[in-house]
This record gives sequence, structure tokens and C-alpha cells, in this order.
Amino acid sequence: MQAAPAIELKGVTKTFGHVVANKNVNLEVRRGEILAILGENGSGKTTLMNMISGIYFPDEGQIFIDGQEVTIRSPKDAFNCGIGMIHQHFKLVDLFTAAENIILGVNDGKKYNVKEAAVRVQEIADRYGFILDPNKKIYDMSVSEKQTVEIIKVLYRGADILILDEPTAVLTPQETGRLFSVLRNMRDDGKSIIIITHKLHEVLSLSDRVSVLRKGEYIGTVNTAETNENELTEMMVGKKITLNIDRPEPKNMKNRLVINDITSVDAFGHTVLDHVSFIARSGEILGIAGIAGSGQRELLEAIAGLQQLRSGEIVYYDPKIDIAVDAEKASEEELQTLIAEDNLILRDPETRVRADLRGKTKAELERMQAGGAAFVRHPRVNLRDKTPTEIREMGVRLSFVPEDRLGMGLVGNMDIIDNMMLRSYKKGMSVFVDRKNPRNLAEEIISELEVVTPGPTTPVRRLSGGNVQKVLVGREIAANPKVLMAAYPVRGLDINSSYTIYNLLTKQKESGVAVIFVGEDLDVLVELCDRILVINSGRVTGLLDGRSATKEEIGLLMTKTDDRQEGEADGSAE
Amino acid sequence: MFTMVRFVTLFHQAVLQGIPILYGSTGEILTEKSGHLNLGIPGVMYFGAISGVIGAFLYENNVPTGEALNPVLAILIPMLSAMLGSLLMGLIYCFLTVSLRANQNVTGLAITTFGVGFGNFFGASLVKITKSEVPSLALPRTSLLFQTQLPFADKLGVFGQLFMSFGFMTYLGVLIAILAALFLRKTRTGLHLRAVGENPATADAAGINVNRYKYSATCIGSMIAGLGGLFYVLDASNGIWANGAFGDRGWLAIALVIFVVWRPDLGVPGSIVFGFLYISYLFIDGLPMRASELFKMAPYIVTIIVLILTSVRKNREHQPPASLGLSYFREER
Repeated sequence: MQAAPAIELKGVTKTFGHVVANKNVNLEVRRGEILAILGENGSGKTTLMNMISGIYFPDEGQIFIDGQEVTIRSPKDAFNCGIGMIHQHFKLVDLFTAAENIILGVNDGKKYNVKEAAVRVQEIADRYGFILDPNKKIYDMSVSEKQTVEIIKVLYRGADILILDEPTAVLTPQETGRLFSVLRNMRDDGKSIIIITHKLHEVLSLSDRVSVLRKGEYIGTVNTAETNENELTEMMVGKKITLNIDRPEPKNMKNRLVINDITSVDAFGHTVLDHVSFIARSGEILGIAGIAGSGQRELLEAIAGLQQLRSGEIVYYDPKIDIAVDAEKASEEELQTLIAEDNLILRDPETRVRADLRGKTKAELERMQAGGAAFVRHPRVNLRDKTPTEIREMGVRLSFVPEDRLGMGLVGNMDIIDNMMLRSYKKGMSVFVDRKNPRNLAEEIISELEVVTPGPTTPVRRLSGGNVQKVLVGREIAANPKVLMAAYPVRGLDINSSYTIYNLLTKQKESGVAVIFVGEDLDVLVELCDRILVINSGRVTGLLDGRSATKEEIGLLMTKTDDRQEGEADGSAE
Repeated sequence: MFTMVRFVTLFHQAVLQGIPILYGSTGEILTEKSGHLNLGIPGVMYFGAISGVIGAFLYENNVPTGEALNPVLAILIPMLSAMLGSLLMGLIYCFLTVSLRANQNVTGLAITTFGVGFGNFFGASLVKITKSEVPSLALPRTSLLFQTQLPFADKLGVFGQLFMSFGFMTYLGVLIAILAALFLRKTRTGLHLRAVGENPATADAAGINVNRYKYSATCIGSMIAGLGGLFYVLDASNGIWANGAFGDRGWLAIALVIFVVWRPDLGVPGSIVFGFLYISYLFIDGLPMRASELFKMAPYIVTIIVLILTSVRKNREHQPPASLGLSYFREER
């Protein structure tokens, strides 16, 4: 006879108001097993786990531990059942040491002694192969160290059922590998581990069995060894979809935005951008990879005119304006500078192909001009220390999809039309604003991007995350940009919406826009981007070719501490 | 001339000015460590003072003139009344901010207005009952007991004069401040309390009853602060209550919390520094009354300088509790 499962859920249902977060979910986890719970964002994975860990109480259904029915009303009850949850957003007190955080809330009847606790913490860490200094303050720790504290916290309490909510979302591939090996050690030690994720390859590489949730409903459980990516996707999404990102070869690349040695310091005096240099070219997607908070946001804000710079320049080559260059009148030096800046363009109306002028001398260029060729250059506009309004008034077409959609991107309480108007209200000379064009635009976006909304007059905060993002991206693309910056545009989106966004970005790239894409999913970055810039603590640590880069390579650069990399970053892809 | 004798007198004055502020700030630190910014402390202290005065008045008036007061009763009745009164204020604050989730700043300011108004009302009533000719109420016999200094103070020379010549509540205030510091740093409950103030969601997830900690810390803190009000009347002011005499000492207590970067043990020297600053006008002979009021700004100016310094240095350890002033709801989704 088989032993009773470590934890079993029967018919668990939870609703919030009218929203059904979980409906009739059945689940079981055995001892010494890793169960993955797979589902898209909003499928109710986290709510389910919150019920097991005592944060919420189920409306209906039963929970059994080792075959005994239990009532879990508070996190304390959960600890008593041996359940420990590692939240996606760490629940740690920044000002405390690791050991203090770990003993927080533990009342084992023994005398309060942080030093003894630190010794025990070290023992647990050594036993499973964690690396941790128990006396280090949380605010000095990296994300992965914080996660280690969280895991040891539940082990310290004697948990033998561990729930990890999206544990790899913030880790580099190397850190993920280390975490997985620790989790396997724990499984072999007889612990039951539940890992919540939406990343298929992690499910396949780590788990023993997979349970799938879709829109709050329990779909089924399969053995990992007997399944594959396609089957799981189908279970998760409910229909067959292809998970390939189309990546056409970039065409007609020209320097559009040249970031030259910019440095920025935040209000606390920390350097957030440290001599960053790179080039965004028209017709390609430049990916930016890095651990969260490495300066991605500051970088995009600097370009958009929202960040003060200490030094450096941000040069925009305005493609709308051609300035004729006479090879005879220009000096050799001027011509060579233009060539070096990739800003001397051969106007050939017939072929429209841009000849490579690199290495050409003045004499050669003069000869070409005598043969009927015409040269032009684009004006060089420095965006440094310009406000967003000034940038727009200079005719620079820059679109920005910020990370904080409802904070910086859209106004939650305003409807879709009004949000469209945020970009256009200054147009025209009339005293009254034009509402007709924004309305048309709103309707166009709703129909083209399949935004699910009762109508264009619904406040955007009532839309789901994916639809909010579609509205925002739609508006930014409608501005017909020459540079499109998107920070984490698929965060919190389901698979279908994510692929819609990827396709939109690719379409923009094909129409000659310089796309800058800040992403967190390295699998996507290596599939979508033409080049990938890696930053770490505000410094550029590498520039890789998107077609040949591997996740491991990017991961190493994301955590690299060596700072002698800047020179390489400028030119390695040329 | 600045002589030793003069210094001893000024030091004595400074301590008497500082101790009420020390009580207030110890109470406020405990409160703030639970994430409650109780701006009602001036009201709580005022209310504590008048409650204690009412208790003392009722007892002293029931003992015929000439007869000696029972020292135990004469000390316990005012102290318990003061603690009870300020506990009531703490409970009102907690009920509004924790149970009804009212805004902490608004609630605090309301408590201050209420406490001062209530105190003035009863103060004026008591003055009327005694049919006194001056608008103040004197409790000389009770005050004498509160001011009784340690028996061996005179034998220890300057040291005795400097440190041993105070009433028992002075030492009690110092003791409470040091105990509070030990409690916060060395006990499990102290760790839990700090966690509640830093990150209530984390504390909640760790199985700590956040509301209970908030209630307890705020109520105990209020009781300690209330004793400060009592000390001011029965010791520092020689047992004379006059409406409004307590002045801005409640706000100084809140300023002291910032000045000592949320450390009750530093509150002890800090309060004496504040006391010195508060009476700094006494150092200059022949200063007109108007100018002395200017000098009373000194503690606030020093607090502002400390605020600037701690902000510039950005030491993570010297910051207010991270969730200070924020309400905590669990079921929020």
C-alpha cells in the first residue's frame, strides 16, 4: 500500500468578490517529490499556495496532511503542519541580519539567542549546500542570497513541505542552476517541494510531476518524464499555439541613437549608470539584459529625458532631415568623422541600397560624386538634459513603454481615449482639445490588438494586465516612432499576449524603427533580439550577438564584477 | 561667572527639563517601533499629567491639612491615575488607527487637540474648586514626596549634587529608557516589535500578531509618556498645575525621538542635551524675556540639523522604522 501523500487538496475553491481565483482544485504531493504547478499569470497558482500557507482561507474544500484533515487559518497553523512558503516577493526585514530574519516569529521556548540561532542557520546551510553568512544584513544582500534566507527560514522552522512561488524569476541562469541542485538535495532528504512557475523548461528539468492550472481551474497532473513542452503548453493555454518568435534579418541598419559614455547618480549618491555607451540602430532590436535594478530603468529614462546625467551625451540622428554633403568642399577629416559615425549616406534613388563607405578616402568619395553620386548626412541632435517636451518639440520621435504601466505609462482612472490624448492634447491651435482622432485611434487599437474591454470609455485600470499593456504599446507605436523603448513589456502577461507584443516589436523593427527591449526572460531575449547588451550595476558588461549568444553567457555577464569591459562593449558587434 | 556651583544648578535645571521629554520620547520610540507615528504624544502627556493631578488632588484634599500623607498612596495614586489616563488615550489612538484604519497623522493631531483641551478643562475646574486666587493649583505635599532625593546625595559632594539629588521618577525615567533599549535589542518580543514596524507583512507571514503588537506598544508607550507629564507637574514644577504651562514639551519629545535616531538609551543623554538647550537662555545674564523665547527654539534647530545629517549620511541603521505611519491590512489583494 502506498503511504498517504504529504499534502492533499480536495475540491478547494476560493473567490474574491465575483472573481473565482480557484475552482475545485485537487492536488497531491508525495514525500521526497518535486511537484511543479504550472499555469499562466492569473491562473490562480499563487492564490492556491496562499491557501496552503494560511494567508487566505478557502471558501470550500479540504486539505489533508499525511492523510489527516487539517484547518489552516493562519501562517502559524501552516508552520505547525510543516508547511513553509517562499514568497515571490521576499518577506524579509531589510534592517535585520539573516539570522534575525530566520528566527523571527519562532517561539521554541528556548532563551532568545541570536548567536546560537546563527550557528544553527549555518548548519542548515551547510547540510543542503547553501552559501550564506547568517550575520549579514538583508540590505547588503543580492536577490539570490535573500532567497536563500527565505528557504532556510522555512527549513529552520522544521518545514518538510516547501512551496516556492516563481523562485527563478529574479535569478540568473547560474543561480537558478545552484537553486535547483539545492532543491534536489532537499528532495533526496525526503522533503516535499512544490514549485510554482510558468517556465516550461524549468518544469521539465526539475520536477517529478506537473499539475496544470488554467484560469483558476485544475486541468490535470502528468509525470514530467512522460510529457513534453507542447503538451504542457496546450494544457496551460487550452489550445495549440506555436511558441516561435519570428526574427527576420535586420535590414538597412543605420545608427539612430548613440549613447556615449553616460553617467548618472541617484538621489542617494549611488552611481546608477556608469560610463554606459552603446548604439541603437534602425531596423534591429537591441535587447538589454541584467539583474533587476542594474540600471535598466535609469538608462531608458535617461534617453527619454527623465534622468539627470553627470556626463556623456545621447545623440540622435534625425532621419527625417537630409543635409547634403559636398565631398569636394568637405575636408578629409570631416568626411572621416561622418563615416566613423556611420552618418555619411550615399543617396542612390535607384537602388536605395546603402553602400558601405567605410575605408573610403576623400579622393574616392570625390570620384564617386563626380560619377553622379550624392551624399547626405542626418543632423546630430544631443538629447542630454532635454525634457521630454523639448525632445518632442525638436521633432525626435521617441516612444517609451515604461516598466510601470499604470504609473508612468497610463493614467488608471482615465479611459482609453483620454489616455490616447495624453500624447496628443497639445496638437492643434484650438482652445478645445480634439477628441475625435484619439477616439478613432482607441478604437483602432482595440480592434487591431484584440483588447478585451467593454469599450473605449472604460477606465484602463479595470482592464487586465495584458490589455493595459496592449493599450500602452498600441499608443506608443501609433506615434510612429523612430526609436521605440520597451521595458519589461510582457511582465504579467499570458503567453498569447506576450507573443502579440513580441510580434509588434518585430514589426516595428522591420519598418525601420530602432527598438530597445529590456527583458527579464533570457530565453526570449536570445530568440527575439538581434544584439543583446548586458548591464550589471549600471555598467555595460558585454554586447552579444543575439543569434549566437547563449543564456549561460548572458548570465555570467549579468553577475560579472570585472569593470574593464567598457571599451569592448562599443565595438564588439561591428 | 561660570562656576561649578552655577553648573550644578544649571545641570539640575536641565535634567528637570529633560526628564519629561525623556519619558515622552521613550514612549514614542516604543510606539514608533510598531509603525505608529503617534503625533498625539503631546496630548497624551498633557492628559496623563491632568489625570495624575486629579488623582493627587483627590487624595491630598481628603487628608486634612497638617496630617502627613501616606507616602505609598500619595505616590501610587497619581502615578496610576496618570497611567490610566494616558492608557485611555493610547487605546483611542489604536482603536482609530488599527481597528478603524484611520489616518495616523490626523488621529494623532486630534488626540493632541483633545488631550490638551480636556486637560485645560479639568485644570480650570480644579482651580475653581479650590477657589484659588491665582489660576493655578498647588499640590505641595504630594510634590514634596515626589521630590524627595536620595538620602546619601549630600554625602557624595559634587557627584552627589549632580547625579543623586533628584526625585525617584528621574531615575525611573532613565531606568525605563535603558530597559526599553535592552528590550528592543535583546529580547525576542523586541525583535518581533521591530519587525512589525519595519515590515508588518513579513511579521504577519512569520506568525506574529501585528495588531496585538501595535496595540500593546502604543498603549505601553502612551503610559510611559503620560508619566512624563506627571513628572513635569509634581516634580519639575513643584506640584503646581497651571493650564498651558506644559507648553511644547510633547513636541520636543517627538523631536527627541529623531534626535536620538530611535534609540531609547541615547534618549538619556539626549534629553539632558535638550534640557540644556531649552534653558540655554539662563546662561546669558540679563536676557530680556522676548529673547529667551528665541532660545527655546534651540532643540528644534538641533533636531533639524540632526535630520539633515542623518539624511545626508544615509546610514541604514539610523532611519525611522520603514513602515512608520502606514496602516497594515492583510486581506488586501
